Amino acid sequence: MKILVAVKRVIDYNVQVRVKEDGTGVVTDNVKMSTNPPDDNAIEEAVKIKESGKAKEIVAVTIGEDKAQETVRKALAVGADRGIHVKVSGIVEPLAVSKILQKIVDKEKPDLIFMGKQAIDDDCNQTGQMLAALLNYPQATFASKIEVKDKSLEVTREVDEGLETIEVNIPAIVTCDLRLNEPRYASLPNIMKAKKKPLEQINAADLGVDTKPRIEQIKVEEPPKRKAGIKVSSVAELVQKLKNEAKVI
Amino acid sequence: MSVLLIAEHNNKEVKPFTQNAITAASQIDQDLHVLVIGKNVDAVSKSISEVPNVKKVIQVDNEIYENFLAENYTPVIIKQSENYSHIVCSANTFGKNLMPRVAALLDTSQVSDIIKVISADTFLRPIYAGNAFATVKSNDKKKCITIRPTSFDPAPSTGGSAEIIKVDGSEATTLTKFIKREEVKSDRPELGTARIVISGGRGMQSGENFKLITSIADKLNAAIGASRAAVDAGYITNDHQVGQTGKVVVPDLYIAVGISGAIQHLAGMKESKVIVAINKDGEAPIFSVADYGLEADLFEALPQFLEELNKLNTIQK
Repeated sequence: MKILVAVKRVIDYNVQVRVKEDGTGVVTDNVKMSTNPPDDNAIEEAVKIKESGKAKEIVAVTIGEDKAQETVRKALAVGADRGIHVKVSGIVEPLAVSKILQKIVDKEKPDLIFMGKQAIDDDCNQTGQMLAALLNYPQATFASKIEVKDKSLEVTREVDEGLETIEVNIPAIVTCDLRLNEPRYASLPNIMKAKKKPLEQINAADLGVDTKPRIEQIKVEEPPKRKAGIKVSSVAELVQKLKNEAKVI
Repeated sequence: MSVLLIAEHNNKEVKPFTQNAITAASQIDQDLHVLVIGKNVDAVSKSISEVPNVKKVIQVDNEIYENFLAENYTPVIIKQSENYSHIVCSANTFGKNLMPRVAALLDTSQVSDIIKVISADTFLRPIYAGNAFATVKSNDKKKCITIRPTSFDPAPSTGGSAEIIKVDGSEATTLTKFIKREEVKSDRPELGTARIVISGGRGMQSGENFKLITSIADKLNAAIGASRAAVDAGYITNDHQVGQTGKVVVPDLYIAVGISGAIQHLAGMKESKVIVAINKDGEAPIFSVADYGLEADLFEALPQFLEELNKLNTIQK
């Protein structure tokens, strides 16, 4: 079995994001970038499946500018075998990303395609479902548990009501939740080894996919600020304030 | 222009957030139709037809829709989408799972999780866990939109009498099979719509200690929330998680106990009307969004809190 894992480079989850003064976006210069957190879970799950003997090869793919390669290198360092970097600049919307991934799937013919359930930059939560639609594959979104069966996967999904379990035929798309597993760290020797693993570069334009955004970003602004609160000195004071000042209890 | 809203329901009742989505959808265009797909959903269609903002209800009834699989829903929506300029639904796990599958087949770039309708093609949506708001204009002919329900008031639910028409569905999918759903039943108000939410974090130290929160929730008729750390640690189930990848809540009162206030948690609760933080670390970021902060050991503060509540003559429910 072959697993394709899609990873995205985003502003690190610990960074306090700042909006640019001209309203065109957020500050990314000199800001720490990392792999989108649930994409790390996607890689980890693929590696675990390979370690269990149920998969032979893991291919990590990313889409973006040159530096996006870092996320593929990281995936290679924790256990992916090969990397693909689809080069494109500017904003690439999930629809265009899924069309690019469709081309990669056509070429690579993976049995499983894993990715994070949501990117923490645009918070769209679309790509996996869109790719599933374009390929007419089943989708198992928000996965917190995956069991590999003979020709299917049994996936537990985190939904608003609790947990849901579905069985999807292979080939399938799985979007991973943060609780799926505990991503491992790359060891220094493995980081060194990853530098020697193959990483193919493809230009998005050569795939024949139109990546021009369909959505115009008119402006990006700071959300309204909350007015500063107060510290209370005791529980009694807190309850009194909630009752008589805020009038919420 | 007409808007088609995909209703979220459990085959018996409409999910409350559908009413919020109706408000947003009718701000896009007054000609709002609602698509009800499910198994034996006459009662659901009937109740939606009574919402004054709704002009027409389209019902697709078949046992294959019992478990809301996106693979089964999608062809029905595509078939119905022809006469509509906008396809919309709530941005909860139901809509997040479903809408992109529809959008891709319509070759539309979806606008996710809108918090304001500026015009029929322009919307406001949070990005970066709500640390920035983006105003975006969709240039697709047919627009697919998901709505953050807590950013819109629920539509009045009675007084209307829209026509209900029944149409056929499509073939059942062979790709995906539903196995089971484990719902956590509770007599408490739903987390998403509760007037008061009390949440615990890593500081609770164990699932057992959530009892301290439960007893206060009982007293205040509050829903119980949690930070991701508390869910990850197994103190409480995932349906309680508040945050960027959990639920977004906007109660009148949010009480954060033993929660440090990571950006990802703030994304799910910082629009609450009144925020209380109880934490022994005075430097915890949760205090930066709190209206009332109490720097205290929660194991002392929570029993005192209950005691003080017991002293009150009346408590709003």
